[in-house]
Amino acid sequence: MRQTLEEIKFSKEELERYSRHLIIPEFNIEGQKRLKHARVLVVGTGGLGAPLLLYLTAAGVGTIGIVDFDIVDYSNLQRQVLFTTADVGRPKVEAARERLSALNPYVQFEVFNTRLDSTNALDIISQFDIVADGTDNFPTRYLVNDACVLAGKVNVFASIFRFEGQASVFNYLYADGSRGPNYRDLFPTPPPPGLVPSCAEGGVIGVLPGILGSLQANEVIKVVSGVGEPLAGRFFQFDAAEFKTRIFKISKDPENPLTGQNPTQTELIDYEFFCGIDLTHTTMHNAESNGQLSVTALNDWIKSGKDFQLIDVREPYEFEIANIGGTLIPKGEILKHLEKIDPHKDVAFLCRSGKRSQDVIDLLQMEYGLKNLFNIAGGILAWADEIDHGMAKY
Amino acid sequence: MITIFIPTPLRRFAAEQAKVNVNAKNVAEAIRSLTSIHPSLTPYIYDEAELIRKHVRIYLGEDDIREKDGINTLLKEGDELSIIPAIAGGSF
Repeated sequence: MRQTLEEIKFSKEELERYSRHLIIPEFNIEGQKRLKHARVLVVGTGGLGAPLLLYLTAAGVGTIGIVDFDIVDYSNLQRQVLFTTADVGRPKVEAARERLSALNPYVQFEVFNTRLDSTNALDIISQFDIVADGTDNFPTRYLVNDACVLAGKVNVFASIFRFEGQASVFNYLYADGSRGPNYRDLFPTPPPPGLVPSCAEGGVIGVLPGILGSLQANEVIKVVSGVGEPLAGRFFQFDAAEFKTRIFKISKDPENPLTGQNPTQTELIDYEFFCGIDLTHTTMHNAESNGQLSVTALNDWIKSGKDFQLIDVREPYEFEIANIGGTLIPKGEILKHLEKIDPHKDVAFLCRSGKRSQDVIDLLQMEYGLKNLFNIAGGILAWADEIDHGMAKY
Repeated sequence: MITIFIPTPLRRFAAEQAKVNVNAKNVAEAIRSLTSIHPSLTPYIYDEAELIRKHVRIYLGEDDIREKDGINTLLKEGDELSIIPAIAGGSF
């Protein structure tokens, strides 16, 4: 049974641990009780999740839920300060629980070593009071938003890209029972696939998620403790390159499908489809089926001396990190170099994960009717996993 | 003179400028001036129907132009416009 707020007590060790909160007049032991009583779900243990989890644990949130399906990778360590080099290869939720339990043994952790999706999101989110979204892709952003609106939870949001940071508190519950705007009021639909590069393609400056994740933790603590004025109905933008911060107002969109004047959506939807992502491209591992070439089949092509052309559509700086030869033509320049594509051979396209190369193939097939094009499924990451274990993954 | 702030993700399509000054009477004119100076920005702001993309918000000062007259919102000397695209971080 969950304790009531009135039943919350602190040991001597806890009172000492939280003393710097307790002596803030506006916060005091009442704020600390609210923290200990709270159940906060952190979605994602990446760049944003790391500072969020560290600060919420240190601050003394009573129960913290952690959702992530991923394992710790060397390329995470540049910004995901929750993990150490020794954690590489471990499930993120396990490494996180171990580190955080050592930081504060008075916090309960409930870990979900799974990918949040439409089948489990409402069930998981309903178990908590408030959600902090530290995810890294548009489908999960919309999933978390919609599930929070449907389950009636506040969604503390932050997002990053290269030098850009954004934060807000969505679906905030005001004293009069009304709710603040949500993510769909700000951005009704995601960008079309391919229009915005992901961090995996575009990169992110390592300390930026540390800054935004810390702001998120601060908003969680404010919402839970009731201290201060949360970033609800407002939107924070941080330009880390120029060091400019701005705050904009968010208004409710009458056409919001969840909370607008004529709501049309009453349950979760297929968010990959909503975001225009066709996963069949990247999950296909059968050799040479449907224009998809597995890395094993590619290796066979190379070893057999087959006469084919390999085109790498990544950026030059990615090529420098790891490559398997071939002609380098970045995706954005492919139309300027059509003459380099040999129409008389099978052509295999390579990128980091198999997504950009598929975009290039779709374009060349649809716009130029080119044939005999193969997408290397899983890209150079799959090559590093399955063929050349000495190759750096990034 | 109207100042348009370019967000960091779009700066590479605007010659790495953080802001661009234009002369315009309303928001539509201002954004058109911007995309005529930096045509590479066009597909990141307008969709195929030449409407502002739904994952891009335009603010006059701290207010969403949706709360005013949309792209027909009148501008005055010294006004500041911000273009805010959705970003998700991480990877697909």
